[in-house]
Amino acid sequence: MSLLKYESQQREPLVDGNKTYHQVTEDIISPIEMKPSKLWYIGFYISVGLLLFGAFSVYREVTYGIGQWNLNKTIGWGWDITNFVWWVGIGHAGTLISAILLLFRQGWRTGVNRAAEAMTIFAVMCAGQFPIWHMGRVWMAFFVLPYPNSRGPLWVNFNSPLLWDVFAISTYFTVSLLFWYSGLLPDLATVRDRAKTKLRKLLYGVASFGWTGSTKHWQRHESLSLVLAGLSTPLVLSVHTIVSFDFATSVVPGWHTTIFPPYFVAGAIFSGFAMVQTLLIVVRKVMGLQDYITLGHIEAMNKVIVLTGSIVGCAYLTELFIAWYGQNPYEWYAFSQNRANLFSPYGWSYWLMMFCNVVSPQLFWSRKLRRNITVTFFMSIVVNIGMWYERFVIIVTSIYRDFLPSSWSTYYSPSIWEIGFYLGTFGLFFTCFFLFAKYFPVIALAEIKSILKTSGENYKAKMTDIEKADSEKFYVEEVEHAH
Amino acid sequence: MAGGVKKFVVGSFDDEAVLFPAVKNVRKAGYKIHDVYTPFPVHGLDHAMGLRETSLHTAGFIYAITGTTTALSFMSWVFTKDWPLNIGGKPHFAIPAWIPITFELTVLFSAVGMVLTFCYLCQLSPFVKKHHFHARATDDLFVMVIECTEKTNEADLQSFLEKSGAQEINVQVAETGWWIGRYDREQVLYREEKGF
Repeated sequence: MSLLKYESQQREPLVDGNKTYHQVTEDIISPIEMKPSKLWYIGFYISVGLLLFGAFSVYREVTYGIGQWNLNKTIGWGWDITNFVWWVGIGHAGTLISAILLLFRQGWRTGVNRAAEAMTIFAVMCAGQFPIWHMGRVWMAFFVLPYPNSRGPLWVNFNSPLLWDVFAISTYFTVSLLFWYSGLLPDLATVRDRAKTKLRKLLYGVASFGWTGSTKHWQRHESLSLVLAGLSTPLVLSVHTIVSFDFATSVVPGWHTTIFPPYFVAGAIFSGFAMVQTLLIVVRKVMGLQDYITLGHIEAMNKVIVLTGSIVGCAYLTELFIAWYGQNPYEWYAFSQNRANLFSPYGWSYWLMMFCNVVSPQLFWSRKLRRNITVTFFMSIVVNIGMWYERFVIIVTSIYRDFLPSSWSTYYSPSIWEIGFYLGTFGLFFTCFFLFAKYFPVIALAEIKSILKTSGENYKAKMTDIEKADSEKFYVEEVEHAH
Repeated sequence: MAGGVKKFVVGSFDDEAVLFPAVKNVRKAGYKIHDVYTPFPVHGLDHAMGLRETSLHTAGFIYAITGTTTALSFMSWVFTKDWPLNIGGKPHFAIPAWIPITFELTVLFSAVGMVLTFCYLCQLSPFVKKHHFHARATDDLFVMVIECTEKTNEADLQSFLEKSGAQEINVQVAETGWWIGRYDREQVLYREEKGF
């Protein structure tokens, strides 16, 4: 047995257990070939139920107008745009894992990238719903596209951040989908080649585009993945930057700040990783993938959470300090009265956000807690709540008391249809995720195989033995392969 | 590509560490490797087979600059020539405000163009029919396929593969459709590579 590459023994294995290539295929593909469990059906039907409730809420909104949500003249953006920013943010972790970690050559991304990318796509689908249905007259939605029309042609305003958003979100969705699906092709071919029934052979044959595994195809595939990763990296940064421009380019106190782009991007990655944790902790348990999504993976993601959480905390404090230091009375009022004053109508949401996003992730400085699954799962929910409140605080507390006290809004709370719409996107998200987990390989099979001999537990153990027994022979092997 | 039926000798390996020297030996002996099918990207195999580098990324760059020019020229035309809008008295030719859309279209054109080119070059599409030499090539086997010419002695080649460490060897006849044999131009012969 000769080994191709060497990885430091200080690093813990990324694939646990005594795995061969075939065993990896078996572990990851067999859940697709089995009938789904009862738990799957229960989860799936709950999701579809939520989706239907969401559809009905949207029907109410389309029929009676956006007054159905409790929006009014002062609070024109409420839960809907909060949810939009929240969902887009969640998507960002998927791209970070698949693109940025690919460029940084982080081997651990192979265990989690497929599911995280799927999460990105579904989250962006959910996000897109909010601005579209918020238009009110949704049948006019195509007006945002710059097409030659009979109204002049009157073009869209290319100088508007809201239009930039249209381009950013649609590009982000398209590129993420292409990246995800091009990575899926080889794995779908594996499912096809194992298929026993005619129908499976046909469906997976169509889905895998006739992938053969030819060396030339792999060479092009590698080049494609690398360039798509290179494109997605600035793309993901641009998307949340542009989302933050929706606020930052306005003159509303509390929104008009230059810190928004980096602060939004960090927050997006923070919340996205929390969602990846929530999903994968469940997936690894239900599908028995503990050998592939190890404690090491969970710890690595918790490290990202504590880092980005701290960046977000720094941004909150900087923003607060500058609001005071800038001596703009409106800006300072928005911060000191609308937000930081615990006894103002929405003061509680500011402090809840501070607690969830800044204080609680600091637990993860402890290695023991980073590697504790229960704590991680609980924290991932806390962070998701905190990040939802961040967007709520930014949006609602900045606008509910504007420049004219006579139009200050009374306390805004969402209507059942506004909440229903939000729940509906959860339905959409989880319906898609359940279908994905049932019909697609949730772990990037080919990529796991490509790191198996450097990072697999059994191979690492063998390497250690060679190293111990005969350092000279080990050296020769290393040198041989270096040439 | 010309259609017709061709004969191939197929050898399957279960370890990439055995595959590498085998590829080298087969090429040294003057056989033409049609292709090697692997379950995952084996790094360095393309070089060992003498395949040239892909220029897919160059195509990606060309698509990218197409996107950049499309976005910039279209927005300039709309806002300076076709329908100049007065937006708060700001300049009509507002490059800084167009950067976000220009960037997005650059990425979009490049990504979509590259994926389509990738599918075209690799002949990947939903209903395409291909000959698969071994079902386990997408699972755990590395399948080397060598094309037979009139001069090839199949028995020799088979025993040669066996000596090189192949686990399973057989001869297959495959329809050379429009997709097969595209690598003839790709491959640099071993002799040319080593300069003799």
